[in-house]
Amino acid sequence: MPDRKIRVLIAKPGLDGHDRGAKIIARALRDAGMEVIYTGLRQTPEMIASSAIQEDVDVIGLSVLSGAHNTLCPQLMGLLRDKGMNDVMVLLGGIIPEADIPALKKVGIAEIFLPGTSTQDIVSYIREHLQPRA
Amino acid sequence: MSEKRAPGPGVIDAADPANSHKQANREPSAQEKDWEENVLNPTLAKSPERQAEFTTTSSYPIRRLYTPADLTDWNAETDLGFPGQPPYTRGIHATMYRGRPWTMRQFAGFGTAEDTNQRFRYLLSQGQTGLSTAFDLPTLMGYDSDHPLSEGEVGKCGVAISSLADMEVLFDQIPLADVTTSMTINSPAAVIWAMYLAVAEKQRADWKKLSGTIQNDILKEYIAQKEYIYPPAPSMRLVIDTFEFGMKHTPKFNTISISGYHIREAGSTAIQELAFTLRDGIEYVDWGVRRGMDVDAFVPQLSFFFNAHNDFFEEIAKYRAARRIWCKAMKERFGAKNPRTWALRFHTQTAGCSLTAQQPYNNVVRTAIQALAAVMGGTQSLHTNSLDEAWALPTEFAATVALRTQQIIANETGVTNTVDPLGGSYFVETLTNEVERGAWDYIERIDALGGMVAAIERSYPQREIAEASYKYQVAVDKKEKIIVGVNDYVSGEKPLEILQIDESVAQRQAVRLKKLRADRSTAEVERRLAALRKAAEGTENMMPYIYDAVKAYATVGEVCDTLREVFGAFEEVAIT
Repeated sequence: MPDRKIRVLIAKPGLDGHDRGAKIIARALRDAGMEVIYTGLRQTPEMIASSAIQEDVDVIGLSVLSGAHNTLCPQLMGLLRDKGMNDVMVLLGGIIPEADIPALKKVGIAEIFLPGTSTQDIVSYIREHLQPRA
Repeated sequence: MSEKRAPGPGVIDAADPANSHKQANREPSAQEKDWEENVLNPTLAKSPERQAEFTTTSSYPIRRLYTPADLTDWNAETDLGFPGQPPYTRGIHATMYRGRPWTMRQFAGFGTAEDTNQRFRYLLSQGQTGLSTAFDLPTLMGYDSDHPLSEGEVGKCGVAISSLADMEVLFDQIPLADVTTSMTINSPAAVIWAMYLAVAEKQRADWKKLSGTIQNDILKEYIAQKEYIYPPAPSMRLVIDTFEFGMKHTPKFNTISISGYHIREAGSTAIQELAFTLRDGIEYVDWGVRRGMDVDAFVPQLSFFFNAHNDFFEEIAKYRAARRIWCKAMKERFGAKNPRTWALRFHTQTAGCSLTAQQPYNNVVRTAIQALAAVMGGTQSLHTNSLDEAWALPTEFAATVALRTQQIIANETGVTNTVDPLGGSYFVETLTNEVERGAWDYIERIDALGGMVAAIERSYPQREIAEASYKYQVAVDKKEKIIVGVNDYVSGEKPLEILQIDESVAQRQAVRLKKLRADRSTAEVERRLAALRKAAEGTENMMPYIYDAVKAYATVGEVCDTLREVFGAFEEVAIT
C-alpha cells in the first residue's frame, strides 16, 4: 500500500497580511512531496481548527508576524483539544520573542521557527518528528 | 535611450565567458580586445573567477567591467541631463542636498497614543525632521480596539487609533503647522486623514499650508501588503476622492505615497518593485484624469515610496531610472506641462526583510549601507530601520542608532557635497538604462493586460512576486546567496532586550472607547454616518462626509463598517 502523503495546513491567523513566508513554506513543503493547503489571510482560530479537521491534516503551520501569537496560539490549541484533534503537530513561524517560546510550547506548539530558518530544516523537522497515524 | 534592448537576465556566453562584450551585446574597442587577450585571459587561466555568474540581490547579472562601449547609444544631454530638469536622472532639485538634506523621518508607533506621542517627541528632540506614523493592525484594517477581531493585536504593530480623541492625544504638543507628518494608512486612509485635518483645525493650523503624506495606496495592498478592506473599484473611488479633496483644500499635502517598499518586502526583484510602483502611479493618474481632474493640478501632490535593499548599485540605478520613467510617462502618456507633475518625489525605507534575527548588531551595518544607497540615489525623505527589526518594534536605543546613521551620512561622509555623485559612471549609467528597460517591459505587459486593476484581478503581479520570492529563498537555502550570520558566519547568540507591548493597551482603549461612546451625541453620529452611507451609495465625494463623521467622534470602525455595508469586503485568490 502506498505511503500516505503528509498533509499540512498553512494558516495565517489574525489580522496580519504578511504572507511571504507562509507562501514560501507552502510551496517548499509541496516540492518536498507533502500535500499542502494554504488557508489564505485573516483566519480566526475557529476557522483554522475547522479547516484542519475538514482537511484531515497531520500538521498545522501557523505564520504570525503581528505580535498576536500569545493570544491566537492558546486559543487555537484549546479549540483543537476540544475537537479531539490531539495528534496534529502544530508549528509556528514568524516574529516570536524568545521569552515567549516556553509558554507557547507549554500550550502544545511543537516547535517555533524564527526568521532565518531554511525550508529544509522545516521539512526535516516534520519528517523526523511526525508520529505515524494510529 | 536607444531602442536596442539590453540582454535579459542570465545571458552569458558560456562558450566564451571571458568576453564581457559578448555578454553585453556590444562591440568592444580595440583596446579592450587587446586587454582581454593579454591581461584578462592570462589572469583567468591562472585564477578563474569565484563564480560562473555574478548577480545582484535580485539575481540580475552584472558584468565584469563596464566601459564607454556600454554607452554608445546613451546621450548625456538627453539621458542624463542636469538636476532639477527633465529627465531628472540626476535628481529633482538643482542643488539637492547642498540646498537642504533629505527629511529624516523615522517610522514610529506602538501602544497607545500617549506612548507614541512620547516617542514622536523624543525622536524630534534627537534631530529627526519629520514624523511618520505606524498604526496597529486593527486600525489598519478599520476595526476599533475593542472589536472581537482586534483581540491580541491592539498596539502591537503600531499605535491604536480608534477615534479623533486618540488622534488629539497622538499630536499633543506637536504643532501640525510646523511639522510634516506621514501616516502609513491605506484602506482607512481617508478616515485617519480626516482626523488629522480635524486636529489641525483645532490647533488653528491653516489647511492650505499643511504638509504631510497619507500612504493611501490601495493598489499595492492587493499586490503585496494585503491590508485591503473593500474591493478594487470602490477603493479606487475613495482614493480619487482624496485626490480631489486634497487638490481643493490641502494643496501642499501629499495625497498618496505610491509604494514599492512593500512589493519589495514581499520578495519582488528591484525591476518589479520599480515597474509595479510606477504602473500603479500611472493607474492612479488614469483614474484621476477620468474623474475629470487636470493632470497638472493633482499629480504634483502624488509622491512615491521605495525600498533601499542590499545591492548598493542596483538600488541607485533603480531610483535614477524611476525619475526618468515617470518624467517620460507624465509627458508622453498624459501630456503634462507642469514640471511639478514630471518630477518624481520619493521617500525611502531601508529593507526590513534583509535584516536578521541572528547577530542583530550586524543590522546596523546593513541599514547604513542601504541608507547610503538611498542618499546617493537622491531620496527626498528617509527612514532607517532599527537593529531589532526581526524581533520587535524598535526600542528607544535602537531607534536612536538608526537616526544617528542618517545624521552621520549627512554630516560626515561627504556624499552630500555634490549632486548625483555617480553620474557618468559607466556601470551606474548602464545599469540605470537596463533597469529602466526592464521596468518598461513590465509596464507594457500590464498595459496589454488592460491596466493595473485588471492585472491584479488576474493575479499577475502577485504571481511574479511569489515566483521571485521563492527563487530567492531557494538560492539562500542552497547558499548561492550568503546572509552573514544566518547561512554563513554563524556564531552563538546573545539575548537582546526588546520592546514589550502588553494587553494593558487593549484594556486602556476599551475603557476609553466606552467613555467616548457615552460622552458623544449618538444621534449626531448616527445622522452623519447615514449621510456618509447615502454619499457612498451615490457618486459624491465621500471625504466631506467622512470628515463630518469623525468630528462627531464616530470611530474608525464605525466609519469603515458603514462603507463595508455599501461596498462589501474583498477576499483575494491566494497564490502560493
